[in-house]
Amino acid sequence: MTTFHTYDTLIVGAGGAGLRAAIEASDRVRTAVISKLYPTRSHTGTAQGGMCAALANVEEDSPEWHAFDTVKGGDYLVDQPAAKLMCEEAVHAVYELEHWGLPFNRTPEGKIDQRRFGGHTRNHGEAPVKRACFAADRTGHMILQTLYQQCVKRNVRFFNEFYVLDQLMVDGACAGVVAYELATGELHVFRAKSVVYATGGYGRMFKVSSNAHTLTGDGPAVLFRRGIPLEDMEFFQFHPTGVYKMGILLSEAVRGEGGVLLNSEDERFMERYAPTVKDLAPRDMVSRAIFQEIREGRGAGPNRDAVWLDVRHLPRDVIEEKLPDVTEFARVYLGVEPTRELVPIQPTAHYAMGGIPTNVDGQVVLGQDETPVPGLYAAGECACVSVHGANRLGTNSLLDIVVFGKRGGKHAAAFAADAELPELPERPEGSVRDTVNGLLNRPEGANAADIRNELQDSMQDLAFVVRTEESLRKMQEILVGLGERFERVYVQDSGAVFNTELMEVMELGFLLDCADALVAAALARDESRGGHYREDHPLRDDANWLQHSLAYRQDDGSIRLEHKPVKLGPYVPMERKY
Amino acid sequence: MDTTERGLGEVLEGSDQRAAGATHRVTLTLKIRRFNPELRGQESWWDEFEIQADPDDRLLDALHQVKWYHDGTLALRRSCAHGICGSDAMMIDGKNRLACKVIVRDVVPKVTVEPIRGLPVLKDLIVDMEPFFAGYRSVLPYLINDSGEPDAERLQSPEDRHRFDDTTKCILCAACTTSCPIFWGDQEYVGPAAIVNAHRFIYDSRDEGAEERMKILADKTGVFRCRTTFNCTDACPRGIEVTKAIQDVKRSILFERF
Repeated sequence: MTTFHTYDTLIVGAGGAGLRAAIEASDRVRTAVISKLYPTRSHTGTAQGGMCAALANVEEDSPEWHAFDTVKGGDYLVDQPAAKLMCEEAVHAVYELEHWGLPFNRTPEGKIDQRRFGGHTRNHGEAPVKRACFAADRTGHMILQTLYQQCVKRNVRFFNEFYVLDQLMVDGACAGVVAYELATGELHVFRAKSVVYATGGYGRMFKVSSNAHTLTGDGPAVLFRRGIPLEDMEFFQFHPTGVYKMGILLSEAVRGEGGVLLNSEDERFMERYAPTVKDLAPRDMVSRAIFQEIREGRGAGPNRDAVWLDVRHLPRDVIEEKLPDVTEFARVYLGVEPTRELVPIQPTAHYAMGGIPTNVDGQVVLGQDETPVPGLYAAGECACVSVHGANRLGTNSLLDIVVFGKRGGKHAAAFAADAELPELPERPEGSVRDTVNGLLNRPEGANAADIRNELQDSMQDLAFVVRTEESLRKMQEILVGLGERFERVYVQDSGAVFNTELMEVMELGFLLDCADALVAAALARDESRGGHYREDHPLRDDANWLQHSLAYRQDDGSIRLEHKPVKLGPYVPMERKY
Repeated sequence: MDTTERGLGEVLEGSDQRAAGATHRVTLTLKIRRFNPELRGQESWWDEFEIQADPDDRLLDALHQVKWYHDGTLALRRSCAHGICGSDAMMIDGKNRLACKVIVRDVVPKVTVEPIRGLPVLKDLIVDMEPFFAGYRSVLPYLINDSGEPDAERLQSPEDRHRFDDTTKCILCAACTTSCPIFWGDQEYVGPAAIVNAHRFIYDSRDEGAEERMKILADKTGVFRCRTTFNCTDACPRGIEVTKAIQDVKRSILFERF
């Protein structure tokens, strides 16, 4: 059975970007949010450290300095006009969240308090600056809650635990989506004038990841399968401080508040890699430094494959008031008491800089000339504006989702207000129906968990902090094999009610698509920039590679790459030193 | 060496082992209450699975092992796997816990897992959350302030900010509400989580909706149903003093004019 719905604007995903888009769109046009999770389960809630905006509440600051840091932090792959816009709109975005009730920490004067964060500096790199607005170490939780509260207030229509599996296109324009209702197994066709994708990242393709199990690149993969390119997929952020082996994030705010990294010789090794900002260097640099320390035999822990995060010297009230959750993670998951013990950490797959190509209005754009796809929008981690370039600065993700969620929602609604309701293609749910039935009726086959484990293990070994042509070619071969096995994947649960096994198999398929794009783009980019480090090409190559990559899935299953220039601005690429 | 020192020594040794990625595995038996209307109608039953697990694994990892290698039909909700998203509240050995915050070494050799109580079970460990969220929505869980917005932020002293800090931590996992014997008996009661979320705004110096919320919570479905059994406080994975928050609201309704 198929149920049909009609809306002006659909939002797919209910994290920060989706909810912010929903607030904007629902005030203007008939809007619905479709989310595979209950909105408050979204991964925005796990963001810890803060959201940067040059409020200058604590120290002198300016949006222009913030923009410079964003561009430099992104290793000059950032589209500079987009970064300028984001950093300028940041100030109002923070005030707006405060007006909606977000409980920011306060200065003694009652203003929003601010703290230091990696790569955020005073006057173009002179020294770290206090720019991150925060609510203890649960800033993302408070943003997600606050935005959801505003949706409750506005009576926004939610379809919770509905999983979008296909994008409907007619004559190159958006016509709606097809979703699978988890509670019943029914398919729903949502006809709509505009759709905003806000589905988050795909860190679950790596073994050690800070990402939720559900972060599987659904939005990017759905569009990739419909011919939309994915931009800059080779740029994935490996956050330096994940809980050893588990990957749970220990916020950069720990170092912002004065925590330091130590190697096995108790040396504060970041002083050698980034003499000015030390432990507050951008994440790509810190993760590579950790990798280097481990490789040179100064890794900590009995296996010498970790380094220590040290907060023993921090005042007790800073730990309890500003870092309570992080402290608890160490206690619960490592059995370590951070006030008197060292915390073992290692880099963890954290954030996708790449994704669905958009302009600053959230419109999905095609090709080198950036032709907008009518009615199609994306925002947040699943999108690539690009404001993060080759490496995102800490806190800029929360800023991105609020600023571009708003812009995407606003423009998607404006588009819908003027557009005719599109015709649906024939048998719109046909492709999804065939896939679901094929899976449910297959009597035996490959185990999905085995495929997923092999994907995660091999991506961890071959496409993580350090990559080479050889490792990426090997990964590409492995992906071919995994793709073939996935064609024969078996779902034991043939039921319709909460078939979460079927859902996990769909998620795995999307992860494989994103991994294909990531590895193809990483193999082609024979330079090192930001989060993409090629040991066989260790230098940045601006002459050839000051450009974004676009990966297209071809009809025969292969991937075609093309490139488009970075939008430059006032900041001339120079060597990145901190 | 006194016992305290010895205790500390053991902790350190334990953490060293964990940091070493100790690979010794333990046998864990999971006894899981099952429910699947498509297979067995309205009857629920128990299944037992024996698995090998790393003692440092989360119980959620053990449940995944069951689902991925033993019985794909096992249904549960989960997402972030570190106690923030609030998806995987379950009754674990009789107490409401998040499966991702229970560590295998603390429950070996055997653990009993059931769905949280008081909400309709839909399949295995998945319950219908709609009544829970309806309770949440009923207390007007959003800032109410019609006094106009300043150009910059509203000012709030650190003390005023601290007043409602505890209740901002709520992740809406329903562990508190579904541990409450009053809620089990009467789902008209809004339950602890809804009151926690009302508390978060009632004591926010920027909010002007306290009177309206107190009116709602003074009703027969509100705070006075609470019999202070403290189950909710014990169940909260975020360490919120839930019962205290409920008492705060009761006291304000009785003694303060809003």
